[in-house]
Amino acid sequence: MRTLKFILEKEFRQIFRDPAILRVLFIMPLIQLMILPRAADYEVKNIKLSVVDRDHSDYARKLVSKITASGYFQLDHYTASYNEAIAEVEKDKADLVLEIPAAFEKNLVKEDEATLFMAVNAINGVKANLGAAYLRTIIQDFNSQVRTEWIQFPRFSPELNIAVTSSNWFNPSMNYRLFMVPGILVVLVTMVGAFLASLNIVKEKEIGTIEQINVTPIRNYHFILGKLIPFWVLGIIVLSLGMLLARFAYDVIPVGNLLTIYVFAAVYLLAVLGLGLLLSTYTANQQQGMLLSFFMMMVFILLGGLYTSIDSMPEWAQVVTRFNPVAYFVEVMRMVILKGSSLADISRQLLVVGAFAVFLNGWAILSYKKRA
Amino acid sequence: MPAVVAENIVKRYGKKKDIVEALHGISFQAEQGELFGIIGPDGAGKTSLFRILTTLLLPDGGHATVDGLDVVKDFKQIRNRVGYMPGKFSLYQDLTVAENMEFFATIFNTSIDENYDLVKDIYSQIEPFKDRRAGKLSGGMKQKLALSCALIHRPSILFLDEPTTGVDSVSRKEFWEMLRKLKQQGITILVSTPYMDEASLCDRVALVQSGKLLSVDTPAGVRAAFGKPLLAVRAEKMLPLLNDLKGSGAVADAYPFGEYHHAVMRGNHDITELRQYLEQKGHQQVEIKAVEPDIEDCFMDLMKN
Repeated sequence: MRTLKFILEKEFRQIFRDPAILRVLFIMPLIQLMILPRAADYEVKNIKLSVVDRDHSDYARKLVSKITASGYFQLDHYTASYNEAIAEVEKDKADLVLEIPAAFEKNLVKEDEATLFMAVNAINGVKANLGAAYLRTIIQDFNSQVRTEWIQFPRFSPELNIAVTSSNWFNPSMNYRLFMVPGILVVLVTMVGAFLASLNIVKEKEIGTIEQINVTPIRNYHFILGKLIPFWVLGIIVLSLGMLLARFAYDVIPVGNLLTIYVFAAVYLLAVLGLGLLLSTYTANQQQGMLLSFFMMMVFILLGGLYTSIDSMPEWAQVVTRFNPVAYFVEVMRMVILKGSSLADISRQLLVVGAFAVFLNGWAILSYKKRA
Repeated sequence: MPAVVAENIVKRYGKKKDIVEALHGISFQAEQGELFGIIGPDGAGKTSLFRILTTLLLPDGGHATVDGLDVVKDFKQIRNRVGYMPGKFSLYQDLTVAENMEFFATIFNTSIDENYDLVKDIYSQIEPFKDRRAGKLSGGMKQKLALSCALIHRPSILFLDEPTTGVDSVSRKEFWEMLRKLKQQGITILVSTPYMDEASLCDRVALVQSGKLLSVDTPAGVRAAFGKPLLAVRAEKMLPLLNDLKGSGAVADAYPFGEYHHAVMRGNHDITELRQYLEQKGHQQVEIKAVEPDIEDCFMDLMKN
């Protein structure tokens, strides 16, 4: 016990003596948390629209002004030539081309039917999809407006209309910050837990201090606990700071119990620390450690359900996400903060992450040998 | 009981196709309280041998005991009894001198006060800087700190891997003085070094070359075993002199040695004859004298045969 206490004392001393590490630990995550949720926005705005108007009628103008008034579209170009509009797309100045054919108004009035043409620049898939969908909705809206203008009687439209109204549960105003902030916080905690810890051990290897430690009667578990505990504590501190920031900067108030989050975080940190430990036993220097961490982090984030929904991934990718601890914590954070889930609700995630912790730490301890 | 026994130690590195055999069956014994030197050039296998004896590396063949304990089976006990100072400074650079000392004392379940008498001579020299971080110490002070840390648990055997490499000659002398004092305290010391001139400061030396032991003897014994007449030769033009020496039938081997060339002679030789031969070749101010072989001469000789 005395040995462990002293090892911990030494680790904390070293961590707090390195100003660069402290900055990375406390200031960087907070800055990221201040910036990222404001920038990483799901909504697509400022879609640049090029309109080819061959009709120049009253209705055409009404339609265009309705589109631009929506706030999602910027009118980039207004022309009578399709080639000119496509040239704008080629120059990457326009994302969407809407062609209003000649006699649009005439057909609409006389035949009760008119067609429009839409061309989408699909280089940015998300923007193209959402842009086209928004535009379609606006045109539909325009359509029903026109209809109500014309058909005064009978009062009730003879055609059947199914109107859909939706309500957003757990996040009524669809405030995306409410689910982005907890997610980003998870990523930050993961980085502190897994990667700082692994780099710390690899640093001892690189400098050669591990050699000096290995010839001492110090026990494996002393050394490993001496590395795990400080970073576990730091992880919890970063999480707490992040939660405070989320509360005061983003008004993210957990619906569920904070304790639930901390119980899960405690187990989760054990799992990611085990991962860090494992990484450190397979890398020889900090450069290797950094590169490996970097690649793993990319996979963790992109397959973690933070930016893209796991349910919309292909089957095989969904299988991969089941082995991603980040995915579980992101899910749990959102469940507890938005929905108010209790420990019983997250027991499955807790068990899985607990199993990760046992497996990863066990593997790491077995492969950490004091001699070659 | 000898303090260290190595029997036929073999160590290989690498896999399948390119295996490098670093140690080809090394055997020697170091007695209790001995200052035992392992002398050899870079790449001779000194560090591998030390790492095996300090239980950091598993041998691929052979047996070794330290303090009567097997390096493979009883490694836990060995770690309590040996002090190891690696060739590279490997203490915590971001901890202070005192913190490093305390740390190593604690993980050996002892304290600085308990063994202060043992490290006093060395530690007192760096004690004025005890609040300075280890990384900010000068080379000589780092070395003293490393030695203090290796000694703090009163080991019965001390392994020093190239402690004097990269240290100036004054500090080197000082360091050997410290080792002599430690020896008086009854600690067995194994020290490796690439410097031949340090061999004479050891009680016994093992000469190692490419993973093989060339000889194990006292420095005087090594020199006595040389058994061939040796001449130191100097002239105005040293490079042609060396070539001419090598060309002479009476000279078995010639190599540069400080200000002189050393010439190992074959059997009976005549200094005047050699002088005549050299002057015939046009050398001026030829100076020849008989010298006692140095460890380096012995090493060169052993290496070539």
